[in-house]
Amino acid sequence: MKLGSAQRKDTRRRLSRVLFYVVLAVIAIYLVFPFYWAIRSAIVPDAVQFATPVVYWPENPSLENFRQVLATGQFRRALLNSAIVAGTVTLLSLAVGAMGAYALGRFRFRGSTPVRYIILSMTMFPSISVLGGLYTLITQFGLYNKLGALVYSYLIFTLPFTVWVLMTFFRQLPRDLEEAAYVDGASPFQTFWRIMLPLSAPGLVTTGLLAFIAAWNEFLYALSFTQTPDKRTITLAIFYFSPQTGGGFEIPWGQMMAATVIVTLPLIVLTLIFQRRIIAGLTAGAVKG
Amino acid sequence: MRDMRPDRLAPDLLAVRFSRRQVLRRAAALGLSVPALSALLAACAGEEATPTQAPAVQPTATPTEAAAETPTAAETPAGTPTVITTPETTYSMDNPPEVFNADQASQYSGATLTYYGDSVGIGAEMDQALAGAFSEATGITINVVPKPESATENYAAYQRFFSAQSPDVDVMMIDVIWPGAFAPHLVDLSQALGEEAKAHYETIIENNTVDGKLVGMPWFGDFGMLYYRTDLLEKYGFSNPPETWDELEEMAQTILEGERGANPNFAGFVFQGNAYEGLTCNALEWLASSGGGRFIENGQVTINNPQAVEMLNKVRGWVGTIAPQGVTTYQEEDSRQVFQGGNAAFLRNWPYVYSLATGEDSPVRDMVGVAPLPAQPGNPHVGTVGGWQLAVSMYSRAPEAAIEFVRYMTSPEVQTWRAVLGSFVPTIPDVASRPEVLQAMPFLEPMEAVERVTRPSRETGERYNEVSTIVFQGVNQILTGQDAAQVLPGVAQRLQRIVG
Amino acid sequence: MSRPAIAEPRRAALPLRRWRTMTLAERQAWLAWLFLLPALLVVIAVAMIPLAQTLYFSFTDKRLGALEPEQWVGLENYRFLLSDSLWWTAVKVTVQFTVITVALEFLLGLLIALVVNSRFPGRGPMRAAMLVPWAIPTVLSAQMWKWMYNDIFGVINDLLKRVGLIEQNIAWLARPDTSLIAVASIDIWKTTPFVALLLLAGLQVIPDELYEAATVDGANRIRQFFTITLPLLRPAIVVALIFRTLDALRVFDVFYVLFGARPDMQTMAVYAQNYIVAFSDVGYGSAISVAIFLVIAIFVVAYVTTLKVEVQT
Repeated sequence: MKLGSAQRKDTRRRLSRVLFYVVLAVIAIYLVFPFYWAIRSAIVPDAVQFATPVVYWPENPSLENFRQVLATGQFRRALLNSAIVAGTVTLLSLAVGAMGAYALGRFRFRGSTPVRYIILSMTMFPSISVLGGLYTLITQFGLYNKLGALVYSYLIFTLPFTVWVLMTFFRQLPRDLEEAAYVDGASPFQTFWRIMLPLSAPGLVTTGLLAFIAAWNEFLYALSFTQTPDKRTITLAIFYFSPQTGGGFEIPWGQMMAATVIVTLPLIVLTLIFQRRIIAGLTAGAVKG
Repeated sequence: MRDMRPDRLAPDLLAVRFSRRQVLRRAAALGLSVPALSALLAACAGEEATPTQAPAVQPTATPTEAAAETPTAAETPAGTPTVITTPETTYSMDNPPEVFNADQASQYSGATLTYYGDSVGIGAEMDQALAGAFSEATGITINVVPKPESATENYAAYQRFFSAQSPDVDVMMIDVIWPGAFAPHLVDLSQALGEEAKAHYETIIENNTVDGKLVGMPWFGDFGMLYYRTDLLEKYGFSNPPETWDELEEMAQTILEGERGANPNFAGFVFQGNAYEGLTCNALEWLASSGGGRFIENGQVTINNPQAVEMLNKVRGWVGTIAPQGVTTYQEEDSRQVFQGGNAAFLRNWPYVYSLATGEDSPVRDMVGVAPLPAQPGNPHVGTVGGWQLAVSMYSRAPEAAIEFVRYMTSPEVQTWRAVLGSFVPTIPDVASRPEVLQAMPFLEPMEAVERVTRPSRETGERYNEVSTIVFQGVNQILTGQDAAQVLPGVAQRLQRIVG
Repeated sequence: MSRPAIAEPRRAALPLRRWRTMTLAERQAWLAWLFLLPALLVVIAVAMIPLAQTLYFSFTDKRLGALEPEQWVGLENYRFLLSDSLWWTAVKVTVQFTVITVALEFLLGLLIALVVNSRFPGRGPMRAAMLVPWAIPTVLSAQMWKWMYNDIFGVINDLLKRVGLIEQNIAWLARPDTSLIAVASIDIWKTTPFVALLLLAGLQVIPDELYEAATVDGANRIRQFFTITLPLLRPAIVVALIFRTLDALRVFDVFYVLFGARPDMQTMAVYAQNYIVAFSDVGYGSAISVAIFLVIAIFVVAYVTTLKVEVQT
């Protein structure tokens, strides 16, 4: 039995290749399985949901849970609220943040370093540490239980992050165009609006998307500053989920999972479409999820 | 239909498939008239055809934070089609009492009220029915919002409304422990409803009167009581429900050992052990029935005493033995589901469970007994006072319309209807002694002698929420394994900070 | 593109001196502030004022909804905090959670990053799959896992029973001894991919030539990992560790959803939120908030001194 050394090497390589793919498969299953399980739980009827032993592959999937969830006014309302809040916060942060980032990224002036430090420290700011002050302010100004309270408070984490990421973006842009604009007599604001902003569009998309996702996923402020069901965002609506039908008092897991899938699917699709940009933005801003 | 019953419960289900004979026997025991019987049997037949069985699912391991989602009208179930007929009246869910004050209320036609009503079960269904009837008769729109199920969250919700002076709520259910805290934000009802108030139990009116202001109309009363399985007590040779906590422990242990073989999920005793207001109520009963005091008495923090330590350590010993490990996460509904699913011998809960546990779709319907909670020798049987009032927010944009709604909701007619169909304990003595009410709630008589104990909400006013949280968090720590002798000094210290 | 924030090395743009005089530079500074103004106003309104208020309230007995104004109580709140056993329980739970999750997320994330960094068919979909847990809101993933951890109908108990690891169903989220593991597993699932992506970005900027040269020198894979990969990955590791630690220390959502007010499973943030919002005890709650800030600061200082991070802006 004499095995050629090349052949042996080949076997070993193949073996390590197999091992590699096994590890890969385990990782992939670990990442995706919980989401699969949410989908599975959303499409099985309750009889299967509450059966032991657990059924892994549904025989007769049904969209009943989705239908019931979408038929409830409160769920649709929460989707709308979340869209309004996250959309407004994103646009505001982009508008205000881009200008600030432009100043910090392209101008040199005294005091810019402290401002940068403040912005950086704010990106790491724990939202809980201003809750007492925010809560009091929001109550004083009559913003309590209004979507405006959320727009206002969400800026605390979207704006610094937007400024920070866009600042690194502006710095990477070539100087020539800007200078040419100045030579042509464009005002600084025109230069910013006509030249710099279009050039940084990819950065705006990335940061906008990340800010949107952060606002969409927020829970602490939404929990603290709103009360009535009609002001709830989607995270709150799912937190407070209760039976929609029947006389049962059990947690309606099927419907809850259907709601989860409905809320999550667009995020996942968006994420997959923009995955390169998101990864770039995440690693540049190191924003939390 | 919704057949989510897990396999393991199928034998139980078969065992209790009630026959007409059983129904007749039970009905006869209750002294129902013949028309009532036929109505009941008709209802049973309907029930068999379309079971709307709430699944007797062992609760999940974690706190049920199910709250406030208004079921839209189309999806609201018709409810348990209970129909109770007396010679004079027929009580049914579809037929709420006539709105007697419609003429008076109609002058506010067009107003819109937001009513924070019951969050779960039959109470929520009744709210919808009553609000519907009132709206139809008066032209006042009632937007029924189920209040958060957890009392802690519910309280915080109102507090936030009031601190924001929000008009987003007009009429609300308030717990018996809240009038003191919320009095500054509630409308004084003594002018408009003073006459009606005289019909209610005086002690509750007293409780709701703060600085001369009547801030809430009594809506229904509550007290803690012991539910037990008559069949199991009989099977294991116990002739009476337990007198003392030690007896309960022994009985539960004996029954548990016998039943575990057939049903691995069986528990001896279930109660509300989650870290929330309900645990404060349970703890008050444990302490007050064993010489351990009432947490705070006459402005003094008394919770840290040897009797309290001993009793709480005894309860700690139940967790994982006669009570399931998961009991430290149970709220009312969790514990009810375990008991009603045939998975427990004893249950501590409120009166609302009675109609559900003896309802037509309950697997244990003919095996439910009720008794005062046990007490250690030499101590009184006690029950924590609960119950809800209806109050009108000072920041309401339509207080007059709101008062009319409260007038209707707390009237003898509505209370009778709710008592008969939903086992909501009336707050009007005349109503409580009506035969149809006693038929619906036979337990009202044996519970007469029980001492009603109150939580220290008067002493602590608006900070009661914090007081209760300190108590239930401390007790929950004990239930999950810590020594009461170590926990209670800390609890006392934190309470002291509030009492001052 | 893939440069970590803290180690951001590039200097600011060159001054426009070539065609601007000094006086114009002054004008430029003025312009810069003008551009910055809206952002600064927002920062003041949403962060500075609330922060100052929180700090001030922490020295008072401020209660929301109280009729009388707050009283200055000095260090009273902080004194009580020191003797507050529930607070220390919360600190313990939070720190335990942080240590467990950050350590495991780092090790797992490094493994995933190394695997995904090698070239193989299907690498794109793999990278995409890594973003799935990240994109799901924490509250939703908590609910998903809560259902998977259900003691009777949960898939986790079922899987473990099939494999033979357990015989009886376990109430993972009810038992004090399993709750922390359960909640940590959720966080690890959700954020490991994020750590892996950060590390992957760091791996991709390490030039292949370094490895080729090392191979020529006869260094094996393991030696290469310790002499090349780890040192060059350091900036990315530092960023990942700091960000994950800060996030873990302020964790709120997943604990609140799973455990509510359960005293043995409250994090620092849950504890503070409870005082401020549920009890309206803004004074004491603010003191807790400030204490959280201090705890986090201690961690940051510890990192910065032990890992010798250079913060560049």
